[in-house]
Amino acid sequence: MHTSAADQGHDVRRILAQFKDRPGPLLEVLHAVQGAFGFIPPESVGLIAEQLNLSRAEVHGVVSFYHHFRATPPGQHVVQICRAESCQAVGGEALAAHARERLGVDFHESTPDGRFSLEPVYCLGLCACSPAVMLDGRPHGRVTPERLDALLGEADGHSGGDA
Amino acid sequence: MSTIYVPGDSGALALGADAVCRAISSEAAARRLDVRVVRNGSRGAYWLEPLIEVASAQGRIAYGPVSAADVPGLFEAGWLEGGAHRLLLGPTDQLPWFAGQQRLSFERVGLTDPCSVADYVAHGGYQGLRRALSMDPASVVERISRSGLRGRGGAAFPTGIKWKTVLDQPAGQKYVTCNADEGDSGTFSDRMLIEGDPLSLIEGMTIAGLAVGATQGYIYLRAEYPHAWRTLTQAIAAAYAADYLGGDVMGSGRRFDLEIRLGAGAYICGEETSMLESLEGRRGEVRVRPPLPAIKGLFGRPTIVNNVITLATVPLILREGAEFYAGFGMGKSRGTLPLQLAGNIKRGGLVERAFGLTLRELLYDYGGGSASGRPIRAVQIGGPLGAYVPAAQFDTPVDYEALAAIGAMLGHGGIVVFDDTVDMARMARYAMEFCAIESCGKCTPCRIGSTRGMEILDRIIEGRDAQRNLEQLDALCELMVQGSLCGLGGMAPFPVQSAVKHFREDFSARAQH
Repeated sequence: MHTSAADQGHDVRRILAQFKDRPGPLLEVLHAVQGAFGFIPPESVGLIAEQLNLSRAEVHGVVSFYHHFRATPPGQHVVQICRAESCQAVGGEALAAHARERLGVDFHESTPDGRFSLEPVYCLGLCACSPAVMLDGRPHGRVTPERLDALLGEADGHSGGDA
Repeated sequence: MSTIYVPGDSGALALGADAVCRAISSEAAARRLDVRVVRNGSRGAYWLEPLIEVASAQGRIAYGPVSAADVPGLFEAGWLEGGAHRLLLGPTDQLPWFAGQQRLSFERVGLTDPCSVADYVAHGGYQGLRRALSMDPASVVERISRSGLRGRGGAAFPTGIKWKTVLDQPAGQKYVTCNADEGDSGTFSDRMLIEGDPLSLIEGMTIAGLAVGATQGYIYLRAEYPHAWRTLTQAIAAAYAADYLGGDVMGSGRRFDLEIRLGAGAYICGEETSMLESLEGRRGEVRVRPPLPAIKGLFGRPTIVNNVITLATVPLILREGAEFYAGFGMGKSRGTLPLQLAGNIKRGGLVERAFGLTLRELLYDYGGGSASGRPIRAVQIGGPLGAYVPAAQFDTPVDYEALAAIGAMLGHGGIVVFDDTVDMARMARYAMEFCAIESCGKCTPCRIGSTRGMEILDRIIEGRDAQRNLEQLDALCELMVQGSLCGLGGMAPFPVQSAVKHFREDFSARAQH
């Protein structure tokens, strides 16, 4: 997903044109920008602010307030592990520790090869089949450490195909 | 042609429903069978998911939990005619887990094709809206009031009073907003309803709009629910295509428009004023009340803010009447509540019952006890801000007032079960940690208090000077309860205080490290 600065600006302008006349559009714009690039490129903040008649501080404030928005590119695969009570009640903490060890990174970090990002999530609404994990947007329930290894292996197999 | 129901609910997907669906298609093709697959919502018995149903001459027959590898054998056993197989459960409606339930809000979830308007209408859909269109707005509001419906998001405020406040504001732009930011751990009824019967929410919001004179609705949906977003997007498009939304709702000449706005992973945005800030495109910092959102809400205009289940129950109340709904329940808790059994529970899932059954019935008759087989030591009710309830109080009825009387709260109806291996001091610490992570930062008791609470609990967990630290913790909790601007800082102490009260041995008698 390598785009030139000019392409990036073009895409952000296109998104702004689509949303800027709607009421309260900033979150919509940020979702669309993150949808296009995988993150909110810091260079786009100025353009978004200018087009929405906001200050850069306001836009930055919103990007940094919400856990979902990221200012750096994610890894090829995003692993979200639920850390909330329901998952804790059935081994969620052990699963989280296993994920950290297996990937060699802490939460909010990506592996040095850029293959995986590890994210905490506070409830996926899959609490009747805890512990729960979301891998690249796909939900998985009753995940054991062994099952997580298998899922990560499968994902890595797919991403390794073109390497 | 045979019909097979394979849930498209994300909980079922998490347990392999998509793989089962693929296996059914390929096996049916190999056997040259004409099979129609419907991706319904989940019936809510997650311990049996993927729960696959076949439409037979005797009604719907359930098999579960089915894995992709079971599919060839199921065809071999003649499951399209309800053939015997080790996974055969029998007629779905007659399974004891479902038979005792009173499904009102969830009357269609798991039964219908979620985005099919025709299926929705064939199962009682849009009769409520038709009724509402024949009534004057004040009568619609009055019917909701008489039904006794209270906000299902957690605060349990009477819905009719909220609607009347918005109705009584001078004419002009008003809004109906739906809070679908279901962030409490142990809750998933909003997600299930949106994935399984989104048109009931859409119909409920339309009725609300007509009742209070609002022409625009917004559904604030959390970003953690991408599957719900897809289903809801499709359902809204279907409702527009059939003129149930737009400029001429059901040929009435009245307008109601509806759109989804996605949240971005902030628990605080489940608080209504924070949600309004977020809908306006800002940081989700809470507003000082008054003014109430019903008077000055979204973009400064009178606004209804209701939870998904509250709004989705409105069509049934219009269709069946206020007395029908109020006929369920006990005391001031009228109607039914979709309860959610989660955590360390053998038979987890959604149980909708009239208010008044006991926690014990829920945990043991429906839930079957803990998943681990060990004794249940505690349950947390009402999400991360809800109190921990010990086993000695499991005979308490599920009712807003009865739970408040023991210092707990029902909230959104989620119950997280813990067995006797739980360390309650660590759960208390987590409550403070969660508050620190999710605090919007606007008020000091919440922003700073939660971090201080975490530090005190760390010292207690390390076994350092329990007595003095517990006193400090108590004072801090009191300050947060009294001094915070909203329920996050104001209620985060509840799980902490209840854990200390009921499980003091986990705090005071720790070995020093």
